Amino acid sequence: MAIRVGQPGLLTTVQDTGRFEEYAIGMPPSGAMDTFSYQVGNYLVGNEEGAAGLEITYFGPELEFTEDTVVAVTGAEMPPKINGEEAPAWEALAVEAGDVLSFDYLKSGARSYLAVAGGIDVPMFMHSRSTYTLIGLGGLEGRALQEGDELQVGKTEDRTGRVGMAVDKEQIPAYGRETELRVIIGLASYRLTEESMEEFLNTEWTVTTDADRVGYRYRGGEIKFIEREQPAGAGADQANVVDFGYPIGSIQVPGGVEPIVLMNDAVTGGGYATIGTVISADRDRLAQTRTNDKTRFRSVNLEEALEARKERRDRMARIEEALS
Amino acid sequence: MSGGAGTELSEARYSYGGDEYVFVELAEAMSLKVNFRAMAITDRLGREDIEGVTDICPSNASYMVRIDPDVLHPDELIGRLKEIDEEVGDVRGFELNTRVVDVPVMMEDPWTHETLMRFRDRHQDPNATDLEYGARINGFDSKEGFIEALLGSPWLVTMIGFVPGLPWCYQLVPPEDQIEVPKYVRPRTFTPERAFGFGGGFAVVYSVQGAGGYQLFGLAPAPVLDVKQSLKDFEDSMVFPKPGDVFNYRGIDREEFDDVRARVEDGSFEYRIRPFTFHADRSLEDPHAYNGEILGVLYGD
Repeated sequence: MAIRVGQPGLLTTVQDTGRFEEYAIGMPPSGAMDTFSYQVGNYLVGNEEGAAGLEITYFGPELEFTEDTVVAVTGAEMPPKINGEEAPAWEALAVEAGDVLSFDYLKSGARSYLAVAGGIDVPMFMHSRSTYTLIGLGGLEGRALQEGDELQVGKTEDRTGRVGMAVDKEQIPAYGRETELRVIIGLASYRLTEESMEEFLNTEWTVTTDADRVGYRYRGGEIKFIEREQPAGAGADQANVVDFGYPIGSIQVPGGVEPIVLMNDAVTGGGYATIGTVISADRDRLAQTRTNDKTRFRSVNLEEALEARKERRDRMARIEEALS
Repeated sequence: MSGGAGTELSEARYSYGGDEYVFVELAEAMSLKVNFRAMAITDRLGREDIEGVTDICPSNASYMVRIDPDVLHPDELIGRLKEIDEEVGDVRGFELNTRVVDVPVMMEDPWTHETLMRFRDRHQDPNATDLEYGARINGFDSKEGFIEALLGSPWLVTMIGFVPGLPWCYQLVPPEDQIEVPKYVRPRTFTPERAFGFGGGFAVVYSVQGAGGYQLFGLAPAPVLDVKQSLKDFEDSMVFPKPGDVFNYRGIDREEFDDVRARVEDGSFEYRIRPFTFHADRSLEDPHAYNGEILGVLYGD
């Protein structure tokens, strides 16, 4: 069983839950940016947790299936079409040998996910199939899909019994053009003046055109650092610190005018002051924002972050339960 | 050992990096001692094999731990880290079973020269090369004297990251001899693979081609990252440097550069490596004398 790639879309990559336990050598996790949508796709087609799928960014590909199978499209609203006929998203769909799956224009969100029964079967690299395009590792030859590629799909029992199973309407996220992301202030936030921290939290930031798998850059306000004599090893700029590790979701403000939130293909460390971290439960929503969207950051404490994490996990468990 | 102007923390700063990370800044200023503390603490944490800890990342004057908060509450980890911090103390007697490595570098090579000329508009001093600029602001009369200082004493690998395999290196010299340069005013969009760069108080070898903001001084012929793991030194890991390695950057000419490149290409290149037990106290007490011993171990046979 294989998938033949016609038109590849803007940026379509093989992703799974990610490549963990390698951060210390500078290897970011990669993996699906919106793991909620990615994982719900796997529930729909009956895959094991962690089966690889496709992450489809902004503009969808054309994919031809060599055998009958079951697929599901989740995430950003980019309506799927089978042989040109619109088909529902967030639902297990039957495709037959020779069928072509394509996508309508993006209506909301940024990233759709395609799950295929059996999972995309590219070679494992460091215990993950996720693509890390920055240095060309993992996934299909370390790169986004190209026209003419052929993706192998893992063997599986007949899943046609799942066709028509769908995610409860009220569980399907709506993606607006305005988003609030919860952050835990910390890391090197002591470098900001109090007024600047307030300004950071009160500003409506705009997602710039530099918003990709490495990180999202924003514009809209200006942050000032507390003037200090720079410590040994940090470098002269007030935004510089002695180079340290960057958590996924961490926010840095080089130059004071362009906050960057690091995402799945993050650089793992560097010398810019970080001021806080987007909580894990909100990364799914961050991944569905796009250029020109508005974003606000709201400060929460650890307890709220852990509560949000638990709510998300419980919600996913309910969805999985309903689809099993 | 001095920690810089009022930036020595009496206590480490513990912070949540969202719900999945704990970030610990041991000091705002870089020093060898603080890096030894980061290594000693993370080393001990690793040996405890605590359930729920997924990544342990020592860095220059800090460290970071990634956890699964469903298994291990961040506060529980922080509690344990504070105990370990006390046990480690001021690292008196800290020993590191490590290795000392000869790392050839061609200074003022044509490739990084071409790159730095292309990005002059992003530099503090568009009328000088990065090396001339570094020499001037560090008070050297000539770039030759500056190169001699860079290549004259070995370095400790104090952090790995940014991208896979990139080593941050801090020179094993007294604070007053530490070289320091700013990063570019605006980062370059291109840096050649294996460029030898310098930013803040750190020397690096860029493991892959890409963006970068460190001053460019030269080019290493041998890789620090070998994704295909075809060279012998990369059999166990595609990343060569490890925190705690001692690197000696040795200046080479074009002829040796080409020779090393040829051996990298045909798969026969091996770094010159000697096992070494690094005594932190001795390096802090008399770095120059201790460096003489280190180089003796590396080149003595």
